[in-house]
Amino acid sequence: MTDVAEAAVLEREAQSVVKKFMFVNRKAPHGTIYALEGLEVVLISAAFDQDVSLAFLDDGVYQLVKGQQTKGLEVKNFSPTYRALEGYDIEKLYVERESLEARGLREDQLIVPVQVVSAREMARLMEEQDVLIGF
Amino acid sequence: MLHIVNKSPYEKTSLASCLAHALEGSAVLLIEDAVYAATRGNVAEAAIRRALGELKVYALGPDLEARGMQGNLIEGVEVVDYGGFVDLVAEHRTNQSWL
Repeated sequence: MTDVAEAAVLEREAQSVVKKFMFVNRKAPHGTIYALEGLEVVLISAAFDQDVSLAFLDDGVYQLVKGQQTKGLEVKNFSPTYRALEGYDIEKLYVERESLEARGLREDQLIVPVQVVSAREMARLMEEQDVLIGF
Repeated sequence: MLHIVNKSPYEKTSLASCLAHALEGSAVLLIEDAVYAATRGNVAEAAIRRALGELKVYALGPDLEARGMQGNLIEGVEVVDYGGFVDLVAEHRTNQSWL
């Protein structure tokens, strides 16, 4: 094989490496910068054509609550951005059932369609990943 | 998987959450204020003792020592130094920090 052909093969192989990335969101949206920063990183990750999923557990489930109004706080209301994730082919949003229930929340109060999973299922999803990034 | 916790169990629920999601055979490394959880009499003692049945639990030595907790460790928790921290990260395919 010529050097040029070999280089082309190597490049294709490098491009085909897709890893499973999971962003684990465990903080409420406005008290700290974690949720907003996490969302920014998720959007950046979309540019790299990886297998991206988002997990919401503990206070992280509050990030997805519909009807957030941040005008009084004079900070960005980034909650509508979760609805834009679909446009970046990020469609795997997992929300932990136990965390919702512990906070008196129902799935229909969330701003985006999600998959509600048990803590056990969440643990297995985490185990399947190549890279976990927590916020 | 290696789970890393750095918050005191009195301040945050990170450790409880971690233990609820750590599958059998996983490792948990306690660092910074989370090392208090590895000490006798701490609110997390019972949870740590239960966890030791199916998980490996490690605590970072320099953090224990900085807090004067090195003599108060729950039996079964293994103390590692910074080199051991690096080894744990290298030995496990993935890790999750419970911030």
